[in-house]
Amino acid sequence: MSSWQTDPLLVVEHLTMRFGGLVAVNNLSFSVGRTDITALIGPNGAGKTTVFNCVTGFYKPTEGRLALARQGIAAAPDVEHLTGTGARHGKSNSGNIYLLERMPGHEIADKARVARTFQNIRLFTGMTVLENLLVAQHNALMKASGYTVLGVLGIGGYKAKEKAAVAKAISWLDKIGLLDRADDPAGDLPYGDQRRLEIARAMCTDPILLCLDEPAAGLNPRESLELNALLRSIRNDHNTAVLLIEHDMSVVMEISDHVVVLDYGTKIADGTPQEIRNDPRVIAAYLGVEDEEVEEVEAEIDMAEKAS
Amino acid sequence: MQIQASKPVAAEPVSGGFDIMAAVKDAGFAALVTLGLSFPILAFRTQEDISNHLIVVPRWSWPITAAILVFVGRFAAILFRSRPRATRAPTLPKAPSASATFLIRYASWFGVAALIAFPMVMVAALGAGGSLKWINNYGIQILIYVMLGWGLNIVVGLSGLLDLGYVAFYAVGAYSYALLSTTFGLSFWICLPLAGLLAAFWGIILGFPVLRLRGDYLAIVTLAFGEIIRLVLINWTDLTNGYAGISSIPRATFFGVPFTDDDDGFAHLFGMDYSPIQRTIFLFYLILALALLTNAVTLRLRRLPVGRAWEALREDEIACRSLGINTTNTKLTAFALGAMFGGFAGSFFAVRQGFVSPESFTFIESATILAIVVLGGMGSQIGVALAAVLMIGGTEILRELDFLKAVFGRDFDPVQYRMLIFGAGMVLMMILKPRGIISTRTPSIFYKEQKAISGSLVKEGHG
Repeated sequence: MSSWQTDPLLVVEHLTMRFGGLVAVNNLSFSVGRTDITALIGPNGAGKTTVFNCVTGFYKPTEGRLALARQGIAAAPDVEHLTGTGARHGKSNSGNIYLLERMPGHEIADKARVARTFQNIRLFTGMTVLENLLVAQHNALMKASGYTVLGVLGIGGYKAKEKAAVAKAISWLDKIGLLDRADDPAGDLPYGDQRRLEIARAMCTDPILLCLDEPAAGLNPRESLELNALLRSIRNDHNTAVLLIEHDMSVVMEISDHVVVLDYGTKIADGTPQEIRNDPRVIAAYLGVEDEEVEEVEAEIDMAEKAS
Repeated sequence: MQIQASKPVAAEPVSGGFDIMAAVKDAGFAALVTLGLSFPILAFRTQEDISNHLIVVPRWSWPITAAILVFVGRFAAILFRSRPRATRAPTLPKAPSASATFLIRYASWFGVAALIAFPMVMVAALGAGGSLKWINNYGIQILIYVMLGWGLNIVVGLSGLLDLGYVAFYAVGAYSYALLSTTFGLSFWICLPLAGLLAAFWGIILGFPVLRLRGDYLAIVTLAFGEIIRLVLINWTDLTNGYAGISSIPRATFFGVPFTDDDDGFAHLFGMDYSPIQRTIFLFYLILALALLTNAVTLRLRRLPVGRAWEALREDEIACRSLGINTTNTKLTAFALGAMFGGFAGSFFAVRQGFVSPESFTFIESATILAIVVLGGMGSQIGVALAAVLMIGGTEILRELDFLKAVFGRDFDPVQYRMLIFGAGMVLMMILKPRGIISTRTPSIFYKEQKAISGSLVKEGHG
């Protein structure tokens, strides 16, 4: 059994997303392992970003269940029980379970602790790098400032909490090598730095699952290598599972433990990078075959599968 | 060899050269357009003759004069522009240096000191009678708009929500004080927080349905709410007395001591001679204190998580949601706090006038306050204050320009040209300083060094 099957953090079941007549994601099921870097790959228009938007609450799935267990395991009977109660999230014997398809976007980030970045970088360009990282710690700081009331009056331990938040932001800036640019507006940074800053900002929300939408897009080979190291460190040192969409196969094959391949909204392969690399369906989807050859190729694949 | 489809680039002389024919052509075209535009407007005048019939009096010289003026002006402009530009440095958007930021910071303290001294200096210089106009029409009037501008700045400048109906909360505050004091006899100091709370309450009530809207749609719905409040005030005659308004609202007292010539009045209590200016000076300090309170709270909120969330919301709402910020609540707090300060200002307005009627709360007030915020530079406190001085003080100063009558004739009233000047000023502003008087943003927190952020990076929000 693979690690994502024995200790899943997120279990996606029968996820379907329709936009009018268009089926963007069709009956997709997969799991994200708690200690894995999971890659979601597929040709353009395969529905990868739609899956992301469903996981992070920007879309409400038409059908399907997305169960996330922050602690413990999302055991099937517990998830079934919670689904029956109609609640968004609840405690069970095996841990806290969150049904992401029922939660609004900000609650998924705040309670279920799923953070994300965007394909087209969405930093607060007019705010400084440091401010960007402090906005990410909004909910914790809001509590510390007594929901603003105590903060305005200057009562309570807000100052100390803010200092701790700044220290956390600074440690992340140190990690991504942007410490000397802490007071510069985020919009002034070069592209690669903005990508790293967006990851750091997402990490400042203390996520249990980090979703990255094409983190290596537009990076040069050296920056790609740095990104690989950063993502490994996020998984190893911060106990955060990573789910990423990526086209850069050098990144995918290098760092991921588990790869899920989508084509036209359906899953065509799911396994370790080695398995995916040799999967004829994936090769067909990526390299493409003539329309009339499709059946032929599929028959061949079936034959090969039966033989093995 | 490739054949290049090359166009002659002779039309634009590179430097120093001046193509007189092109200039004449350009200026002639502009003059022609002017002639065409001004012909129907300027060339005829209708007049009543002796038998009360309207007759058309032609005045051909007017459009021709206008065309000649435009020709000369356009020609001069081209002449000026074609000069070598070696002396003019390229104007890149540049953030001001740290020293400039410091100057701005000291300027604000200097300004506060000057404002505190202002009524005393005026009375000393002009006497009780002469200074009344300056303290009342300039001082108090401008400060009310500074406060309203700062209140709206929370909604429009910081949170990026375009609110065209801000005057509604001003009206709620004014009517709250007027009704609570005349009906229940509550004092100003009790009514002030109540008026603020009621306005904030209405801010939330109005905020809820419009939260899903963005940009133009939000602007139109807030505009409608502003009008609805005014129409309710007009039509709910049982409560508000309709168009007639509410009069004989209790005047301001010095914490219970009235400003009268009686034995227990303010003047006698402090051993001074009675003068009506004392009440005005008190009102001046009252609105100054309220405005400074607004400023202090806003500046503090900017450094708290809620303020940063407002600005983040203006920058990118989707990113905010991905970071776990409840955008609904954040928008509502902005609406409520902006409305609360509007309510404070409204109750001050009522206690100052002693009379409120729906006519004080028309759309033009909302537009003026919004213009102050936009002119000042969205989000900048000092910019908003400067813009209020410019807009409200500028209007008042037009009343003083009597010498213009000597130039343009007896019937000339500069106040009538208020909106024209206002519009021209706005156009100039758009050309010269499109992001407002203070177009840079000061970060709310810094690690090593505070650097101002150029306005070109700061977003205006999508509503």
